[in-house]
Amino acid sequence: MKSEGFSFSGWFKSARLQFDQSLIERSVQAVPMTLGRFAIQLVLTLGRVGFLCGEAVAAIFKPPFRPKLFTKQLEFIGNKSLVVILLTGFAVGAILSLQLSKTLSTFSSETMVGGLVALILAREMGPLMAALMINGRVASAIAAEIGTMRVTEQIDALESMSVDPVQYLISPRLFAGFFILPFMTMVFNMVAMFASYLVAVSLLSLDSGIFFAKIAAFVTISEILKGLVKSAIFGFILAFIGSYKGYYTKGGAEGVGIATTQAVVVGSVVILVTDYFIGAFLL
Amino acid sequence: MIRFDNVSKTFGDFTVLNGVNLSFPKGKISVVIGRSGAGKSVILKHIMGFLQPDHGSVWIDGEDTSNWNTQRWRKNRKKFGMLFQDSALFDSMSVWENVAFPLLEHTDKSRDEIDEIVRKKLRMVGLVNAEDKNPSDLSGGMRKRVGLARAIALDPEVVLFDEPSSGLDPIVTTVIDGLVLETQKETGCTYVVISHDMASVYRIADKIAMIYDGKVVIDGTSAEVQSSTDPLVHQFTNGALEGPFNIYY
Repeated sequence: MKSEGFSFSGWFKSARLQFDQSLIERSVQAVPMTLGRFAIQLVLTLGRVGFLCGEAVAAIFKPPFRPKLFTKQLEFIGNKSLVVILLTGFAVGAILSLQLSKTLSTFSSETMVGGLVALILAREMGPLMAALMINGRVASAIAAEIGTMRVTEQIDALESMSVDPVQYLISPRLFAGFFILPFMTMVFNMVAMFASYLVAVSLLSLDSGIFFAKIAAFVTISEILKGLVKSAIFGFILAFIGSYKGYYTKGGAEGVGIATTQAVVVGSVVILVTDYFIGAFLL
Repeated sequence: MIRFDNVSKTFGDFTVLNGVNLSFPKGKISVVIGRSGAGKSVILKHIMGFLQPDHGSVWIDGEDTSNWNTQRWRKNRKKFGMLFQDSALFDSMSVWENVAFPLLEHTDKSRDEIDEIVRKKLRMVGLVNAEDKNPSDLSGGMRKRVGLARAIALDPEVVLFDEPSSGLDPIVTTVIDGLVLETQKETGCTYVVISHDMASVYRIADKIAMIYDGKVVIDGTSAEVQSSTDPLVHQFTNGALEGPFNIYY
C-alpha cells in the first residue's frame, strides 16, 4: 500500500510555487503603484520647481532691491571660483592643443590647431567646463547654506520678520549666477587659449602668426556670443538647482548632506542635457 | 487680541488640533502647555500664518485671517516678533546685525538711530559688549537673549515664544523668565509662550491653556491650573507617572 505520509519534496515544490505566485502577484500589483507614485512625485517636483523659479525671477524685479546681496553673490560665485577656472582653463587648453596637434599632424593640418581650439572653446568647451567647475563648488555651497538655514529655522525667522525668503535668498543668487558666468567663461577661454598657444608654439614649434590667423579665420564674433549666452543660462541653472535643493531640505544634518550632493549631481546632469538641447535647437 | 475659533489641523492621518477654542488677551502673558507633539508649536505657526487651519478660523484684532493672502500675512507679521526654540539667529551675521536686521528691513532710520536701538534692546536683555560677537560664540542662554532682543527690536504688539527655556539650565531659565516679565512690563505687549517647563510657566503666566489630544483641557489662571482636579492637568503639571496620559506614545 502506498504511503500517504508527509513528503518533503512535495511540500517544497508546493511552497515554492505559492511563494513564486504570490511574489509575482505582488510584483505585478506593485508596478502600477510604483509608476503612479513616481508620476505623482514627478508632477509635484515639477510644480514646485516651476513655482519657485517663477517666484524667484519675479522677485528680482520687485522692490526692495538688494544690491548688496547681489554683489556678495557675484563675489562668491565669480571671484572665489577664479582659481579653479584658471587651473582647469589652462589644463583644458593645453590638452586640446596637444591632442589636436597630434591628430591633425597625420593629415598635415596641424596649422589649424589655433583655430580649432578657439572654435571648440568658444562654442562648447568654455561654457560647459566653466559651468561644471563652478557648479561643483557653488551649487553645493548654496544648497548647504540655504539647507542649513531651513533646518535651523532661519528661513522661518526671515518669514517671521516679514521678509520674503525667496527674494532674500534665491533671487540674488539666480541673478548673480546668470550675470557672472559669461565673464567666468571669458576668463576660462582666455587662459585656455594662452595654454594652447604655449603648447602649440613653444612646445610643438608651430608658427605663431599662423596660429593667430587661423583663430581669426575659424571663430566669428557670433560664435563667441552664442557661447556666452549659453553660459548665462548655465549660471542660472546651477544657482537655481543649488537654491531649490537647499530650500526644500528636510531633516537635520543628513538632509543637508543629501541636498548638497543632489545639487551637484542634478546640476551637472541638467547642465549637460541643456547644453545638448541648446546646441541642437537654439544656438 | 488673538482668538482660535474651533480650529482643526490634520497632518496625514494625525489630527493635531481638533476644534481648539482659545484666546490670547492683549497685554497679557498667555502660556500654552502640553506634551511634546501635542500641537503647541502648531498653534504658534497658525498665529504667524505659516500654517492655515483645515477647519475653523484664527482671528487677529477682530479680523478673520482665513482669507488673508501672503502679502496680508507679511504686513501683519511686522506687528509680531518671534523667539524660536533654538533662537534661529542668522549665523552669517554678528549679534548687532541680527538685532538690527528687522530695523534695516522695515524702517528708514539712520545707522546711528539703529545702533542706539540695538544697544538699548541688548541692554534690556542683559547683554553688553556682545554686539560684535558671532552667534556661534554664544552660549544657549545668550543666544536666547539675542533672539529676544531681535524679536522686540521693532517694538511689536505681540511676541511669540517657542519653548524659551528648552535646553537651558534652571538658573538661566529663571534669568530668561525674568527678562520675559521685565520686557513685557516695559513694552506692555501681548506675549504668547509655548512651554512644558511648569516652574517657568507658573513664574510668568497670566493665563495658562493646556492642549491634550488636539483639544484644550484647561484654560485659566495659574491658580486655577494649580488647583485643578482634572486628572490630565494634575498628572502633567506634577509630572506624575500614574494617570490618564499614555506615557508610551
